[in-house]
Amino acid sequence: MADKKPRLAVFKFTGCAGCQMELLRLEDELLQIAEKLDVGYFMMAQSTVDLGPYDLCLVEGSVSTPRELEELKKIRAASQVLIAFGDCAVCGCVPSIRNWISQHKAESSVYEDTAPIMSFRLQGVAEYVPVDVVLPGCPPHKNLILEAITSALQGIRPDLKYHPVCVECKLRENVCILRSLGKACMGPVTRAGCGAICPTYWRECEGCYGPMSDANAEYLARLFKKNGMSDDDTVRKFRKYAGMTDEFRTEAGT
Amino acid sequence: MSSRRANVCYIARVEGQGSINVEVGSAGEVRRSEFAIFEPMRFFEAFLRGRKFSEVHELASRVCGICPIAHQIAALRAVENAFGIQVSEQTRELRRLLGLSAWIQSHCLSVFFLTAPDYLGFDGAISMAGEHRDLVELALRTKKLANDIGELVGGRAVHPISAVVGGFTGIPAKEELQPLLARLQRARKEVLGAAKTIAGFDYPTLDLQSELVCISNEDRYAVNEGRLVSNMGLDAAEGEYRNFIIEKQVRHSNAKQSRIAGRGTFMVGPLARVVLNHAQLTPGARKAMKDMELDVGSTDPFMNIRARVVEILYAIEESIGIIRRLRLDVAEQPARGRTGVPCAGAALTEAPRGLLYHSYAFDKSGVVTAADIVPPTAHNSAHVEDSLRAFSPKVVARGGDLTLQCEMLIRAYDPCISCSVHAVVLREGV
Repeated sequence: MADKKPRLAVFKFTGCAGCQMELLRLEDELLQIAEKLDVGYFMMAQSTVDLGPYDLCLVEGSVSTPRELEELKKIRAASQVLIAFGDCAVCGCVPSIRNWISQHKAESSVYEDTAPIMSFRLQGVAEYVPVDVVLPGCPPHKNLILEAITSALQGIRPDLKYHPVCVECKLRENVCILRSLGKACMGPVTRAGCGAICPTYWRECEGCYGPMSDANAEYLARLFKKNGMSDDDTVRKFRKYAGMTDEFRTEAGT
Repeated sequence: MSSRRANVCYIARVEGQGSINVEVGSAGEVRRSEFAIFEPMRFFEAFLRGRKFSEVHELASRVCGICPIAHQIAALRAVENAFGIQVSEQTRELRRLLGLSAWIQSHCLSVFFLTAPDYLGFDGAISMAGEHRDLVELALRTKKLANDIGELVGGRAVHPISAVVGGFTGIPAKEELQPLLARLQRARKEVLGAAKTIAGFDYPTLDLQSELVCISNEDRYAVNEGRLVSNMGLDAAEGEYRNFIIEKQVRHSNAKQSRIAGRGTFMVGPLARVVLNHAQLTPGARKAMKDMELDVGSTDPFMNIRARVVEILYAIEESIGIIRRLRLDVAEQPARGRTGVPCAGAALTEAPRGLLYHSYAFDKSGVVTAADIVPPTAHNSAHVEDSLRAFSPKVVARGGDLTLQCEMLIRAYDPCISCSVHAVVLREGV
């Protein structure tokens, strides 16, 4: 029997499919990757379905319905390496803002008939199953996706970044948006990986890669307020992409 | 003859999670024709309330990862309409370039990766790449070009960052855009060549009288702004949208369904735009229309596939024109509007998949008090069911594969299901 190729699966839960789009943004590498892998499950791209087991599994989106929770557990059992693919899968991302609204209120403000709605508090996948690789970003940069996939294929730990956006920003020789322009930049507490694109385009980082390791959110929140930002606006800053994380939870308010 | 069913519990090669439930009885009567969306809800309209006007477009972008640009532009324009903000001509042109790049990348994905495998006999683009390498590489190249434009202008292709209320925080230099011209010229030639291949597919047909709806304006093929029009005489300003389009919740689906008040279902998307605005197409797009035998009187949903190719060509040619014209010698100064009073505003744009509506109300400090987002797939979902109802007995009568044919019909609309589930109104006072 010929060498068996590693089998890839891509699943989507509660999310926008933007991470899958960023995966497909690897236009130059896609066909090469496809030669190395056997695509077992990728609903958005392929109609043939293989029920596993999978060597590598990318899970995009958060868990917010009983059905998703059930599926996630099956997927975990069938997967050798499971990657939490993007902020929604990591910590709930933008849709997690609704966790601060009561379930009944959220449902009834949107639908007249709430009986058929099956939805609960939205969480990242690691809340329910062990995750092997955490790939943050909204969306994760395609180079990080490539790094995660190639490392998994080699059985090694991916070289992801844990330092703040500020490091990438300095390397691009940008003017400091926070210190020089007084804008409410989340760069000092946000994980790098994007290439500091927002400050490069003269705007403040919004924190879409979630917290860096050991982030000092409390200090940054104090600095924002010292620069004249209201309490409500400061809460909005931290309750956006990663309000559910331990690092940002206090600043994200109650 | 016994009854025939098509149950597809998770439709492949569309964005998001949807299912088909069709049943045709032994006498050819349609017992059921449901296009159900089981995509989980994300309650955008609920959590947008309480957020600042300046971040609405950034959050609304996350409704959809395939058409984030369309959602951003619709949200920005709705906010600007609410606050009475006039953007510069340069901003309008850059937004148009962004919007067109979104059309190219989305249409490429739909035509070559999601649709073509059905007609060439494959399960997806990856397996198709063996035998049709040229076609797949052409599609990847064109899609990459579009994303590169999005990245240069917007800072990032998926969820761009530089477009803000009133303008852009930073813009590319003219020299950075110049190298795109040669790539666009090449793409123009290649897509025009591929148009013949796409037109040669063996399409099913569906002759269904339909109301086609899109936006339209006098000066150019409408992308980001225009009046609401249809082939049955609808003509209204974007702010009057809610006087004409109504929606209701249905039990079998998580997406609400839209209808034109007093009339019925309607179809939005590339075919509607080509039919209603074809007079404003560029020469290459017209040539593709002719080569592909796309009739401007058509209402056949399968014609959307050809219309997408026509629009790829239009978007390429129009982008060439914009890049040549853009001087980019004015620093963007995001415009400001009036504040201090409660206000509301709405905007219509054309997402790659069709008509997109955003509407917001704000309190006196610029915090959202109500939000209403209706994406193209929500506009289309009731029409999709009408089409399934008309189409399925014909498939059964000619002994076709009901399941596959129904899936192909759905894919012709290129539904974006994640989007559609957020197609709901936040009622005030809840």
